[in-house]
Amino acid sequence: MPDKKLKRVDLIFSEECSCKDVLADGLKKSNEELLNEILDSGLRGRGGAGFPTGLKWKFTAQEKAEEKYVVCNADEGEPGTFKDREILSRVPLKVFGGMAMCAKVIGAKHGYLYLRGEYQFLKNDLQKALDEFHSYLKEMDFDFQIHILMGSGAYICGEESALFESMEGKRGEPRNKPPYPTVAGFRNKPTVINNVETLVYSFMITRIGAKTFHDLGTADSRGSKVFSVSGDTPIPGIYELELGMPLEDFVEEFGDGDTKAVQVGGAAGFCVPRKKFKDTIIGFEGVPTGGSMMIFNSSRSMYNVLKNYVEFFEEESCGQCTPCRVGCQQLKHGIEAVKRGDKSAAYLDTLQKLAETMKVTAKCGLGQSVANSFSSIVDNFKEEMIY
Amino acid sequence: MPEIKELVKQLADEHGRTRESLLPILQGIVSEERYVSDFAMTEVARELDMSAALVYGTATFYSFLDTQPRGEFVIRLCRTITCDMKGKKQILKTLEDLLKIDVGETTKDSKFTLLETNCLGWCHKGPAMLINDEIYTDLTPEKVNEIIGEYMKK
Repeated sequence: MPDKKLKRVDLIFSEECSCKDVLADGLKKSNEELLNEILDSGLRGRGGAGFPTGLKWKFTAQEKAEEKYVVCNADEGEPGTFKDREILSRVPLKVFGGMAMCAKVIGAKHGYLYLRGEYQFLKNDLQKALDEFHSYLKEMDFDFQIHILMGSGAYICGEESALFESMEGKRGEPRNKPPYPTVAGFRNKPTVINNVETLVYSFMITRIGAKTFHDLGTADSRGSKVFSVSGDTPIPGIYELELGMPLEDFVEEFGDGDTKAVQVGGAAGFCVPRKKFKDTIIGFEGVPTGGSMMIFNSSRSMYNVLKNYVEFFEEESCGQCTPCRVGCQQLKHGIEAVKRGDKSAAYLDTLQKLAETMKVTAKCGLGQSVANSFSSIVDNFKEEMIY
Repeated sequence: MPEIKELVKQLADEHGRTRESLLPILQGIVSEERYVSDFAMTEVARELDMSAALVYGTATFYSFLDTQPRGEFVIRLCRTITCDMKGKKQILKTLEDLLKIDVGETTKDSKFTLLETNCLGWCHKGPAMLINDEIYTDLTPEKVNEIIGEYMKK
């Protein structure tokens, strides 16, 4: 690993070029050219899971269906993440632009932006921007319509198949996979569902070219990423940084000098303690993140942090599958019992096993990822769980 | 309750009468009435020609679709750890003292309901709360006093 310092990047919010021009240039390109640019750039989903964006587009483009859809996942709910709100309020046209590029490649006539209920206050401005965008499309004679749909306060709807269920007026309960959305997504039609930030990068890649993007980051994590920095830091906020940096450099820049741990990737992510800062890479080869970076200094109780996360999961579990529904409740009761002294410290090992079981048996990413924060916090801060 | 009947009809005219219209219709009811009553749910079922159980199933899944009476102003304070670290507990206490209710309760005059909610997406400006759809960030007890004072006058 070459020594790499934190590098700021300005792609997402840059206003150097007019969205209208980028859109016009992009729509003039052939579908193959556009798709190859996204494939060659190495862009992977920015919502957290990191699936290669180009492949998603390619698979959907290959499907034969009368209707196909592009869906923008703006149901940003991961604790500690606020970058999508910032992107939507500052550069909405770029988000719509990414949707239009995707629509061209896969052959979709309709796109949907699913906005979380907590961001209702953004809707009017978004709609205004969308009207402007639709007028561009009309001028360019490109047949594509975007609709804004609202969520109603359910974290699980950020899971793609749950989001489709919600768009269809149902309870936001994840579906079995396969089939994947590229085959059967919204209304069981081939659908590309991308995170807000992923769509903006797709749009910008058509402007800057695959190579410029590919040159940023590391072999496994190409490009840059928007980070939401919060917690014990003198400079909380949104930062676009090159991927693949050591956590140590991140802490040096953003920490308050007394950083004890960083939770990378929100409640569903991993807790990295101080002794591992040096060897931890932020990216798909190390610890991936949808953008959430919560910094804790030594005055914080990691028990409180874990309890807050477990309570969050208990509340947001859709309740559909037993491992997640019961597992989250038991993890919460378990750590409380150990803290009270009703259970011995060895009980933490039993809870760890439960979390591991959830990882392999839960139906969707929510239940599967509870073990990430649970195990990484319990492993690294065991004494704080007990005393 | 002719008004609810009328409202449901209006919303169905606007959003359509398919399963996909269900969520926007329920959201429309909540933005007018602050909650979806049993009566409203059966009305929606009748208007959309679907079983009331389906409507109930969808309505009860979403935390912003309240199914019990709420005040005119619903306060949702973010309970995520980052807001907690910036003094959320003090904010909660201030709200409880001002409104003389606990979390989950509604004031006697049906003006305010106080709830906690998961991450609102303002972690860099915590503590944060929503009052209906309006967002308030960087809260301090003094600021909360001021904000609630303004709402009390409404």
